[in-house]
Amino acid sequence: MDGFPFLTAILLAPVAAALIMVFIPRDEGKLIKCIAAIGTFVSLALSLYVYFSYDQSVGGLQFVERIPWIRDLGVSWFMAVDGISLPMLLLTNLIGFAAVFASWNVNNRPREFFILFMLLVTGVMGTFIAHDLFIFLLFYEVVVIPIYIMVIIWGSSKRVTKEYAGMKLTIYLLIGSAFLLVGVIAMFMKSVGIMGHPDMSFTALAEAGKQLSAFDQKWLFGLMLFGFGSLISMWPFHSWSPDGYAGAPTAVSMIHAGVLKKIGGYGLIKIALVFMPLGAQFWAPVMAVLGVAGVTYAAFGALAQKDLKYIVGYSSVSHMGYVMLAIGSFNLIGINGAVANMFGHGVMAALFFSTIGFIYEKTHTRWIPDMGGLARQTPRLAVAFMLAAMASLGLPGLVTFIPEFTIFVGAFEVYGGLAVIGIAGIILTALYVLRAGANTLFGPPRDEYNHLEDIHGPEMVPLVVLGTVLVVGGLMPSLLFDMINSGAKDIMAHVADVLKIGGVL
Amino acid sequence: MVEFALHNAWLVPLLPALAFVIIIFLTKPWPALSGLVSVGGMLTSCFFASLAAYGVFTNHKYAEEPLVYATRWFSAGDLKIDVGIQLDPTSAMMIFMVTLVSSLIFIYATGYMKGDPGYSVFFSYLALFGSSMLLLVLSSNLLQMFVAWELVGLCSYLLIGFYTHKISAREAAKKAFVTCRVADFGLLLGILSLQIVFGTLNLTELAEKINNFDQYTTMGMMTLMAVLVFIGPIGKSGQFPLHVWLPDAMEGPTPVSALIHAATMVVAGVYLVGRMMFLFHEVPSAMELVAITGAFTALFAASIAITQREIKRILAYSTVSQLGYMMLALGVGSLTASMFHLWTHAFFKALMFLGAGSVLHALHDKADVWKMGGLIKKMPITGYTFMIGCLAIAGIPPFAGFWSKDEILLAAFDNGNYVLFTMAAITAFMTAFYMWRLFFLAFMGEEKAENHPHESPWNMTLPLVVLAFFATVGGLVGTPWAPVWGEWIFFGHPHHVEPNYLIMVGSVVLGMAGIYLAYTLYLADKEKARAHALAKQYRFLHNLSFNKFYIDEIYLWFNHSIVDGAARLFYLFDIYVVDGILINGIAAFTRLSGEGLRVAQTGRLQNYALVFFLGVLALAVVLAFTDPATAFGLMTGGAK
Amino acid sequence: MLTLTVSLYHYLILSAVLFGIGLFGVLSKKNAISVLICIELMLNAININLVAFNKYMTPGDFVGQLFAIFVITVAAAEVGVGLAIIIAIYRNKLSVNLDDFDWLKW
Repeated sequence: MDGFPFLTAILLAPVAAALIMVFIPRDEGKLIKCIAAIGTFVSLALSLYVYFSYDQSVGGLQFVERIPWIRDLGVSWFMAVDGISLPMLLLTNLIGFAAVFASWNVNNRPREFFILFMLLVTGVMGTFIAHDLFIFLLFYEVVVIPIYIMVIIWGSSKRVTKEYAGMKLTIYLLIGSAFLLVGVIAMFMKSVGIMGHPDMSFTALAEAGKQLSAFDQKWLFGLMLFGFGSLISMWPFHSWSPDGYAGAPTAVSMIHAGVLKKIGGYGLIKIALVFMPLGAQFWAPVMAVLGVAGVTYAAFGALAQKDLKYIVGYSSVSHMGYVMLAIGSFNLIGINGAVANMFGHGVMAALFFSTIGFIYEKTHTRWIPDMGGLARQTPRLAVAFMLAAMASLGLPGLVTFIPEFTIFVGAFEVYGGLAVIGIAGIILTALYVLRAGANTLFGPPRDEYNHLEDIHGPEMVPLVVLGTVLVVGGLMPSLLFDMINSGAKDIMAHVADVLKIGGVL
Repeated sequence: MVEFALHNAWLVPLLPALAFVIIIFLTKPWPALSGLVSVGGMLTSCFFASLAAYGVFTNHKYAEEPLVYATRWFSAGDLKIDVGIQLDPTSAMMIFMVTLVSSLIFIYATGYMKGDPGYSVFFSYLALFGSSMLLLVLSSNLLQMFVAWELVGLCSYLLIGFYTHKISAREAAKKAFVTCRVADFGLLLGILSLQIVFGTLNLTELAEKINNFDQYTTMGMMTLMAVLVFIGPIGKSGQFPLHVWLPDAMEGPTPVSALIHAATMVVAGVYLVGRMMFLFHEVPSAMELVAITGAFTALFAASIAITQREIKRILAYSTVSQLGYMMLALGVGSLTASMFHLWTHAFFKALMFLGAGSVLHALHDKADVWKMGGLIKKMPITGYTFMIGCLAIAGIPPFAGFWSKDEILLAAFDNGNYVLFTMAAITAFMTAFYMWRLFFLAFMGEEKAENHPHESPWNMTLPLVVLAFFATVGGLVGTPWAPVWGEWIFFGHPHHVEPNYLIMVGSVVLGMAGIYLAYTLYLADKEKARAHALAKQYRFLHNLSFNKFYIDEIYLWFNHSIVDGAARLFYLFDIYVVDGILINGIAAFTRLSGEGLRVAQTGRLQNYALVFFLGVLALAVVLAFTDPATAFGLMTGGAK
Repeated sequence: MLTLTVSLYHYLILSAVLFGIGLFGVLSKKNAISVLICIELMLNAININLVAFNKYMTPGDFVGQLFAIFVITVAAAEVGVGLAIIIAIYRNKLSVNLDDFDWLKW
């Protein structure tokens, strides 16, 4: 199979599906959904193949495809995966596939919905496998527009209108990416000065980064921290997250909370940290403090919510706080934990949002005081909910526990007391998640929900797919960690390298 | 066969886990089959556990050198975590006890839960519960233990809240989970610091490294770690001040209560401290903390139990009290006594809970002991086996509880801490009193006309009989004259004690006195006038005890006012400050500047032309006064 | 004897004066027709400039003259369009007073 462009194929499968959908009559909803499912499934299958045939003992970039594109800017179609991008790619496809089935009941303009959704998935995947800064940004911008349209048309208005939510989401992401763009252009100009010729590939920029002065590294990293930070909903740039998720349709919430947010963390590690290690060292305490602030702040925020989606929205801010704390701890264990936690949280959040989506579809409410006793009427939904809830509070045996533990080890070593405050978040998490679960699922069943149909058929797919990942990843964490470690140790070796030179200068 | 069981002890937790999987995915629609799978899994596991225990207890080398099989679970950088099985006399005793008691409880449950719509699910949870506990017991790594520890917590959550439609069950389950979570936070911090300081979480390696800890860390850090680790058991084993969840745990079906209180869950805390003796042993102040917590909890819980009215609640507080005993034993340095009491307690407490379940079954969930009476006539097997349990817990020889309680008292006495010893002795007296109060009120005296009790079916009485047998003779393995127990289960050196007849006789006298007092107040006095009069006379104390010293109310207040208040505060801050001022502020700034600037848009062509002209003029002036090269640069935007 | 050599500066001064008059008219006249005429003045000022520069700087070329012709052409077209608009407005509003027209206002 040597030479087959797996990564491009993974990328193009949803695009192909979208193209086919264009030619299908708009009222063929079932057919459109099937095509969407097939498109994402092809991607999923291929990325699973890539994941398991990646040679961890060798490490580094594999499945490399490189075609020069814009020579004057040193841009090339540079697709590759390493131990950090692979879990993210797999995560995207898992969630993309599940999200198609979570939107099985979308009957308002299904064709447009799924075309946009396919583009969204493609965009997200592209950011994770592109190893060219230009292409990375390109895919990132591809993501923003479908989200806006999908929120505006298929979203729901609760505390805030869907227009407000969509606008907030989009503008936030665009402001973030504007800062990012400034950083990227500055980085590129500097690198041209250092290397003498333009080259946008990650590898070349990482090399060029070695010769950046400490001052440059600091302000460049600051810009990128702001850009990526607002994407990962770093406190205090988080407030788009609960509103946005609450307004968005299920599939968008799943993709957004599940993977899109992770582009922030991914970018911080694979771009900012690698290009500007000295800057990262300088900003590390800031990241840790903001991370811990996010963890506790958002956990308390979640505790005060009565809308299911808001709870998960705040909880995802809280969990991303752990990722920030982990990156801030600036050691190999922390980076491992950060990536693993992004994976774990992605699966969990996607399952949570799909479950809430189904609950909303059936009961027409997400308002917790209006619910209760659903465990009797819809036991499978209750299972999905509890599984996600347990993963959210980091129950051992599910995929989220080991990453959190790893983060705690990494952070506790460096920050001590600060980390303790962050770790205390697990108590609050348990409190709000269990409270939500108890008030939604348990207690006396309500008569008005007696007629509810439990999830069945295609609706079961998110539960089965994501639930399996939750359990398998929890019982065999090495499946995930060996992969991440193979990527993270290269990065940290590079960082250590640069820091040594930096010390001499 | 013994060899096989010895070297494949991982089968012991795996079999019930398999039963769980089979029930969930295959046999759920067929309740009877599910029950069979669950019981079968546990019985097979019990069979293997017995063989393994037999293998361990016939080869004395395992008492010195545990049998460990471990493999790498995952690694991230320097963080390397193993999972494995550690078999030594302590864990062998535990797996034997857990599988035996669990099997009996499972069998009992087939009768108790008959006809329940969630029968299959119930049995799958039970199997998972047993499996998690066995995994915990056999863990060779602290993190693995923590995993199992949390899984046990999860199962207890699911089982306590099994009657999902009941609000009280739902709240009790949540309370159990969150309370344990608070404690687990401490434990997790302890585990983290151990990992960071010593670089390993494998129990055997940890023991070695802690043996000469001065190479790694300071005494202060050691104290901190020991205290942090101890916070976990405080929650799990229902020690003061985190005992609140345990009495509420009776909201689950009775077999669950029996499982939680006897074989699994609560003893996990005691077991963990026992496993970590090598850590506590190095830190005298932590040991003291353990001992004081244990003794205080024992006394405290007993003082609550004497006024409670619900049969399962009395038993629950007695569990808290007995766990306090075990902690006390650990605190004074006697792993032997603690594990011994754990062992005997498992039998008599399971016996009593199942007995209580049998009573509730017969009386259709009427739980108030004051409304029972004379049950022993209609339910002889339940009644007499329950009496054996009461004799055992009251410490009357030769029943099991006597020997282990005696051992603990002796250990406290030998340790020289007479305050703790006195507390333990008072507790012994109170225990006898409240347990026999329960027995006299419920089983003796006059029958109540409105009750129509009947004896339970065979699958409920059989476990009672077996447990009664163990509650009778289970203590004989550790009599002061033949201290087999201490030769196997010990910390440091094999444990031998000289029989102290004074304490032995004293404890029997205390037990008898308690029983006599209960007899005079609740049986001899038909009207119970003295009891009521006493309650009235000391109303304040009675209320305090009956309301559990208002600890639940304090926690509830804290949770609802402080935590929720903070939450609301943060949320309002988020909406009005972060969102309202920061985010919407930026948006408003953009809008306002637009509003301001649009005034310039007069719509008059000539205004525009004027501005345009002035602009050109200004540019011309600027260019006229700048150096030509710079001007050129300005005009071309810096391009070369 | 008065010898008057007409230099570039004379042309430029003439052009500037013409341009200034035109500009003043454009900014101050209220009648749209007058404004149009003033614009013509400004354009013609430019034309003088172009031709003058051409004559004194590069006498061999005809670039300036060419440009001037272009300007005249464009000016003719512009006047055509401008008058048409003014007539259209007049038909609607019965006024050619610029102060009455602020429809482009925000």
